[in-house]
Amino acid sequence: MNHLLALLKENARISLEDAARQLQMTPEEVAAGMEALEKEGVIRAYQAVVNEDKLAADTVTAVIEVKVQPEREGGFDRIASRLARYPEVTSMYLMSGQYDLMLFVEGDDLRTVASFVSEKLSSISGVTGTATHFRLKTYKHHGVLMDFTHETERLQVSP
Amino acid sequence: MKPNDSKFLLNRLSTTVADLPRSGIRDFFEVVSQMKDVISLGVGEPDFSSPWHVRESAIYSLEQGQTGYTSNLGTPQLRGRISGYVEKFFGISYQPEREILVTVGVSEALDLAIRALCNPGDEVIYHEPCYVSYRPLIQLAHAVPVILETDASDGFKVTAAKLRPLITDKTKVLMLNFPTNPTGGGLTAEEVKEIADLAVEKDLIVITDEIYAELTYDREHLSVAAMPGMKERTIFLHGFSKALAMTGWRIGYACAPHALIEAMMKIHQYTMLCAPIMSQQAAYEALRNPEEDIAVMKESYWRRRNFLHGAFTGMGLNCGLPEGAFYMFPEIKSLGVTAKDFALGLLESEKVAAVPGTAFGACGEGHLRCCYATSMEQLEVAMQRMQRYVDHLRE
Ligand SMILES: Cc1ncc(COP(=O)(O)O)c(C=O)c1O
Repeated sequence: MNHLLALLKENARISLEDAARQLQMTPEEVAAGMEALEKEGVIRAYQAVVNEDKLAADTVTAVIEVKVQPEREGGFDRIASRLARYPEVTSMYLMSGQYDLMLFVEGDDLRTVASFVSEKLSSISGVTGTATHFRLKTYKHHGVLMDFTHETERLQVSP
Repeated sequence: MKPNDSKFLLNRLSTTVADLPRSGIRDFFEVVSQMKDVISLGVGEPDFSSPWHVRESAIYSLEQGQTGYTSNLGTPQLRGRISGYVEKFFGISYQPEREILVTVGVSEALDLAIRALCNPGDEVIYHEPCYVSYRPLIQLAHAVPVILETDASDGFKVTAAKLRPLITDKTKVLMLNFPTNPTGGGLTAEEVKEIADLAVEKDLIVITDEIYAELTYDREHLSVAAMPGMKERTIFLHGFSKALAMTGWRIGYACAPHALIEAMMKIHQYTMLCAPIMSQQAAYEALRNPEEDIAVMKESYWRRRNFLHGAFTGMGLNCGLPEGAFYMFPEIKSLGVTAKDFALGLLESEKVAAVPGTAFGACGEGHLRCCYATSMEQLEVAMQRMQRYVDHLRE
């Protein structure tokens, strides 16, 4: 992976100047590098990683396994793109194994998610079956541990 | 005289031990540990915990009840993996059954190597500034330490030209450590070859401490043991502490011709018996696929090296770009203070700890060792404070 991308994946909010200092580049080069990564579609967005469990609002997240009948033309992609456009769907992947698509769906409460499944999802032609699992607690999200991080102590001076 | 009279006890100490100076690191540690809220650039270890799969495997081995002694040489499984790794990374092949000894850190391996080789009066050449244990270990073996001074002007390198005049009829051993603690210095292939040729010409045994080998940033690392004619006269020391962030496990190893391993093993079996089995298990796991773990940490050190180098240069301090390890050795001579006074002043007025270069040998005067294995946030604050202190000294 290129040095700039590795750095941004750790900390997307770093200033151009700070990134430059760490990467032996000029701030202008960093800016150009980021722009190129964005143009190529490698970097798609810069977002905060949020611990949902800390928020007062009890949003609900479900993982939904979806079986679909692939179409003669377009395979899984056409039906997948129709599903992915629902704003409730936060992530979605084509999977190997027992089912075909895995959807992460977020809603304000259980009912919203339930109605997404029963009204929107299962009414799409080609969807042949679904199984819905609700998230109970987040331990880790996007590579970030949510709760049980603790500092270990090192000696202040060692050889 | 009674035994509770400390003079009585001091008189009964071995003179070798009594004459051994205390480590400058310890003195400094004692000052720092009195203070609160210090940002420390004084550590000599990674700021990462060991990779999780390594820790997990040690937990599993404990659950399995693996709590006994191992072979004196270390477990055959671990020696097998070490052999594979050294072959792959360094291009040197050692037989796991006969040419590899697992030790309690490179620290123990250094002691074993020197004791196995030296008779009283034998001369051992080593380069300063260097790791704090080299000189005392030579002295504890009743051998004679011979210092090869390196300096900033040539990137703290050992060169054949500097080495040749120090070699006498009594010279038996040459100790090398590249990349170097505390300077970050490294050698080019050409320079390694020249040293190797001289070692062959003068029939020296070489002890090479490769503990920072993987943390070489701008080129491929080359070990002196890989040069023609060197494997048969080299004790190759390496470990898990630095590149794999495993200091606390205390595992290192020595690779050398069988006769030398056998000699080191004799001391090891009577003093240490074996390295702890749970740590050997962890080390075995660490070598399953070490490249990935190392690459992630190395990338992070590389960034911090670049940042710190820019910061020192920006302060107007002379500081070469270190080739490896995680230390920077900026020069503070131009400020008209000694390394010790600078370090104490910086600590008192700005609460930043950096070790005076003299802790690593007299020729470290005028330098500070700053370790950058500390978070970027801390490094940024430390550099602002240091800038303020340097400005104050210049007023
Ligand atoms: C050059 C050098 N050699 C050896 C060691 C000790 O390593 P270990 O933890 O394997 O005993 C260190 C640790 O700081 C070091 O810097």
